[in-house]
Amino acid sequence: MRAVSTIHGRAIPLGLKNVDTDVIIPAHWLKTVSREGLGKGAFETIRQAPGNPFDVEDFAGAPILIAGDNFGCGSSREHAAWAMLDMGLTAVIAPSFSDIFSGNAFKNGILAVELAQEQVDRLLEVAQTHPITIDLENQIVTTPFQDRFAFDVDPFRKRCLLEGLDEIGLTLASTDAITHHEAGRAQDLPWLDRPLAVSR
Amino acid sequence: MMASRPRTLYEKIWDAHVVARPDGPASDDTCLLYIDRHLVHEVTSPQAFEALRLAGRTVRRPDLTLAVPDHNLPTTARLAPDGARLPIDDPQSAAQLAALERNAPSFGIRYIDAVAPEQGIVHVVGPEQGFSLPGATIVCGDSHTAAHGGVGALAFGIGTSEVEHVLATQTLQLRRSKTMEIRVEGELGPGVTPKDLILHIIGVIGTGGGTGHVIEYRGSVFENMSVEGRLTVCNMSIEGGARAGLIAPDDTVFSYLKGRPYAPQGEAWDRAVEWWRSLRTDKGAVFDKSVVIDAADVEPTVSWGTSPEDVVAVGGSVPAPGSFADPSKQAAARKSLDYMGLEPGTPIADVRIENVFIGSCTNSRIEDLRAAAEVLRGRTKAANVRWAIAVPGSGLVKRQAEEEGLDKVFTDAGFEWREPGCSACLAMNPDKVPPGERCASTSNRNFVGRQGPGARTHLMSPAMAAAAAVTGRIADVRQL
Repeated sequence: MRAVSTIHGRAIPLGLKNVDTDVIIPAHWLKTVSREGLGKGAFETIRQAPGNPFDVEDFAGAPILIAGDNFGCGSSREHAAWAMLDMGLTAVIAPSFSDIFSGNAFKNGILAVELAQEQVDRLLEVAQTHPITIDLENQIVTTPFQDRFAFDVDPFRKRCLLEGLDEIGLTLASTDAITHHEAGRAQDLPWLDRPLAVSR
Repeated sequence: MMASRPRTLYEKIWDAHVVARPDGPASDDTCLLYIDRHLVHEVTSPQAFEALRLAGRTVRRPDLTLAVPDHNLPTTARLAPDGARLPIDDPQSAAQLAALERNAPSFGIRYIDAVAPEQGIVHVVGPEQGFSLPGATIVCGDSHTAAHGGVGALAFGIGTSEVEHVLATQTLQLRRSKTMEIRVEGELGPGVTPKDLILHIIGVIGTGGGTGHVIEYRGSVFENMSVEGRLTVCNMSIEGGARAGLIAPDDTVFSYLKGRPYAPQGEAWDRAVEWWRSLRTDKGAVFDKSVVIDAADVEPTVSWGTSPEDVVAVGGSVPAPGSFADPSKQAAARKSLDYMGLEPGTPIADVRIENVFIGSCTNSRIEDLRAAAEVLRGRTKAANVRWAIAVPGSGLVKRQAEEEGLDKVFTDAGFEWREPGCSACLAMNPDKVPPGERCASTSNRNFVGRQGPGARTHLMSPAMAAAAAVTGRIADVRQL
């Protein structure tokens, strides 16, 4: 995983609620065996509209997106996170996120920052003209106008993000515990350990 | 050790699968959870296999993993008359399917290939094969994995990095979810199906209503529901924001599973049933959130907008954006109506449709095809319906339907009878709804562009989709 600490830059003021993963990356872009190059299809349906915030020159290369409630609802496609990374987005600020999207974002080092709706509204306003800073270490979002909005982050996720830890590597360090658990279930719940059609 | 505190069904399954609590014993935060069953399909797995290869890692438990292609696969004929495999026209789709076909055997994973009689949509195949069992933790790189909660499993969708994590370790690092009870007592009226119920529920709780929660569906309506119906309900839990939804396993589930290829047999079966019977929410267990719905309030329900919470009873009308209290919902409704080409106040039953899709992991099981065929029998699709397809959820469902003569009912009514796959639910394969046209669809999402760029989706039950096919508009199946 990429290590992340502070993200500073312009923020695209999208503001919409219920932005689903089909909107972030439509299914026809999913016919790939790679994680790369999906930025071309990111937010395709929104970007077809003239004057959409993604294509405003000031926001070119902006690292932050600001959205409404329930961002990333719908499909589990991690392509949504890959597409956002590929277009240069490394953080999203919204009042709430779908569970699967926030997991996918985390695995790719994208910060999913939850703030209250009125704080998001304030940032939507600031973002029109000024940059925003997200400081993960201190768990705070700031603007050039003295706004300081604290946010929560799971301690485990925070550590992984700051240190850029390989989660699979971390889990593999618990291999003994996994093996122990498997031995217990082979004893207590043997049908779960050995699906019949496989053992035949 | 925790037996003293009454627990919910979810908590019981969770506790039985905790391998370790890395953040310290007192923490409910991130746990290492053991995964019993992993379903793999072609779209969300290639990057995971590639990453394993690059890191020199193997699949820890290929015997707990089952791979089957479904999302991308065309639903037209797969074999030539001489039995040869027909090529797939789209080179990208062909490459993705070839990757799964290569990855599964090279990592020792059991693979159901595109022309095997058992091939189908992962969420139809899992329960049908007895691979999905009560009390099991089941994952798949697909959000509708929630479906398997219908057999009493804790099942949820994961991203590709998590697919890779499960392949390598057979575990996931997870935070325990909050619990939510949705209780529905009473009886569903005639013509009201599990699909209508789940659409109604999502209308009540909203697409974010279950975020951070696992839903347990409780009450007499679910106790009296078939396994197929329970799979439909749990399937759409994710549309209410819940990563998983489940129903306590009972005799209905046990008799459904008995004798299926991956289900336990003999003494193991008896031991399994004994454990499964203990998987019920204890008296006195507390849910973080509780919603109660009266079954008598549920009518045949259809969607009008571009979010699954945008639903209305078939006797109702397209709402005015101003009727919503939340300003952001008003804005969303305006956008939805614009995309859908609908005027507020229009009776939903006046809306004409040009396409019908009967299929998807939500509604492509034998019971769904029977319900649609019952409406279609002796009727034909209306002249304005240009395209109608029926896509069975698996090869076994297809064969069963053909043995019952349902294929003939569909084709006589003007439907195309297809090979199993995800098809027009997400339009990754060639099955797409044309721009600007409407589709009466038994699938699960009405998002912008979901069934093809510019396509307008109206979600409904199989019987209602059949009624729409024969009338050429959204219609109340009870009046046919």
